[in-house]
Amino acid sequence: MENVGVMMTTPMSAYLEQQLQQRFTLFKLWESSHSLADSVKAVVGDTKIGADSKLIDSLPRLEIVSTYSVGVDKIDLEKCRDRGIRVTNTPDVLTEDVSDLAIGLALATLRKICACHAFLTTGSWKNGDFQLTTKFSGKSIGILGLGRIGSAIAKRAEAFGCTISYHSRTKRQTTNYRYYSNAVDLAANCQILFVACSLTNETRHIVNREVISALGPQGVLVNIGRGALVDEHELVSALCEGRLGGAGLDVFENEPHVPEPLLELENVVLLPHVGTDTVETSMTMADLVVANLECHFLRKPLLTPVI
Amino acid sequence: MGQEINPQTNGFHHHLNGDRPDLLVLRPGLLFKVFEQEFLAKFNVLKAFESPLPLDKYLRDHAQSARAILCEAIVTRITADLLLQLPALQLVVADGTGVNHIDLAECHRRGISVTNTGDVFSEDTADYGVGLLIDVLRRISRADAFVRRGSWPLTPEFPVGRKVGGKRVGIVGLGNIGTKLAKRVEAFGCKVSYNSRTKKQSAPYDFYPTVVDLASQSDILIICCSLTDKTRHIINAEVLNALGKNGILINIGRGPIVDEETLVKYLVDAKIAGAAMDVYENEPRVPSELFGLDNVVLSPHRGAFTEEAFFDAFKIVMGNLDAFFANKSLLTPLTTNE
Repeated sequence: MENVGVMMTTPMSAYLEQQLQQRFTLFKLWESSHSLADSVKAVVGDTKIGADSKLIDSLPRLEIVSTYSVGVDKIDLEKCRDRGIRVTNTPDVLTEDVSDLAIGLALATLRKICACHAFLTTGSWKNGDFQLTTKFSGKSIGILGLGRIGSAIAKRAEAFGCTISYHSRTKRQTTNYRYYSNAVDLAANCQILFVACSLTNETRHIVNREVISALGPQGVLVNIGRGALVDEHELVSALCEGRLGGAGLDVFENEPHVPEPLLELENVVLLPHVGTDTVETSMTMADLVVANLECHFLRKPLLTPVI
Repeated sequence: MGQEINPQTNGFHHHLNGDRPDLLVLRPGLLFKVFEQEFLAKFNVLKAFESPLPLDKYLRDHAQSARAILCEAIVTRITADLLLQLPALQLVVADGTGVNHIDLAECHRRGISVTNTGDVFSEDTADYGVGLLIDVLRRISRADAFVRRGSWPLTPEFPVGRKVGGKRVGIVGLGNIGTKLAKRVEAFGCKVSYNSRTKKQSAPYDFYPTVVDLASQSDILIICCSLTDKTRHIINAEVLNALGKNGILINIGRGPIVDEETLVKYLVDAKIAGAAMDVYENEPRVPSELFGLDNVVLSPHRGAFTEEAFFDAFKIVMGNLDAFFANKSLLTPLTTNE
């Protein structure tokens, strides 16, 4: 397989680079020229640069796209289907990390942990105590998208005595959580709304002005899905005007750009898309990407195919 | 004196000292400040802190009939000497959980009841412990600061964190807070063990007879116990050595449980991997060597401080006072064993 050309789209992981280099001929999109395009049989993408129509068109020998993520919103799936290109992702191995971060974000937002740290290290504690914050345990949780990640969030929240309700494309028969048929009703009936669904044409801006209003001045939004699931413009004005109580955000519509008004707010926590960024999971994800590629080129069944 | 009609409290009242009973407050804690109007409505609040008189004179002049005192814990000390100056005192109401500042033995000897706020703060404190744990491992506060100072567009990558799941969490003190914390971290796939004064027969976690033993088998050591003579500086160099250079310490108990000077040295020298602290030996003083450390989360003693907990605490404080003045059973009385 050393002659098989594999292209990485970004420097997403030094470990992954090394693993790919050992097995394949590795091209780096951020370094290579397109004269090597004919040699590329596989693309390894991530949440920043996947495989859009333009890239796929430029690689006539492309057989497989193996993304270093569970989200496939940066891949032109229709084009892949048309050209018979396989697609794999990294589900399950990152579920725990993302759901851990979701709860961490909720706690950090409600209990203002980051603001407390800044308060202390700027010397303000000498002049008086930090304000009272908001309790997390026992609150009503709404989950948008009860997939692997949404279910893992629910399991963790239950340990805090929270009540769980959800909205999903379809109602799940195997759960006792309360189902709402639309996002607005879900938001109206919970205090903390977690956005955990995948980004598709149908779910773009699923958290819109109406949903944000329903969540309300005491409500908190936590987004660990994709920035485009939320109407960011509406979110920012709701937060600045006090129509939404707070937000914990790991994703944004135009990463790495974060709307400036958010940078001044104490009732938000802002993270640079680190949902899966742990030493342990980065490695597991990378191993899964490599394993899928090996399976493909050895003509074995793919481990985690999307297409 | 005698019967008076008080428009605030509906009908006739017959108290020795006017319409409302005396409630002595030496120094206003946060609970008193937040709910001051409610206290003023029901009690003749003796605000020693507003008087220009020295305390002993104030107490001599105004508090000789005071049967109840509401006290905060940060500065106030209910000592035998103070109690000598309050001959009518029968109830000490603490505005929080801890009662280190109260001479319980002397109160018992004098027949003075003592109440605290029971269990109302333990959920929030456990929540906060989990929040700090995730923050240290996943670098949440650091990442938030990174984004706020505009570093994200300039430096595409933020350093990776560590996974929460699978970590061995050692809980020091499996009381109200420790038990709740254990239940929460288990849901993240952490493995819980503990050290406590005594083994809890019903607890489904591994028990270690000493804190050093516990630390040697833990990735994360969380302090949830109360401060007593036995727990002062129980977290020392020996424990930190056992915790090791990949270990993390989280303190949501009391500052003096940890030998702070040693902890600071261990963090600066990277002899342990990180820490999150909500409490310190001399609050609000925090060793400034910690400020620049990438792997330390610092919090200004906010583990229990939510609006909800405070309201619950107020209800218990008021409930105890109401019960006392109606000669009914107290809600959360302590014994000298607490």
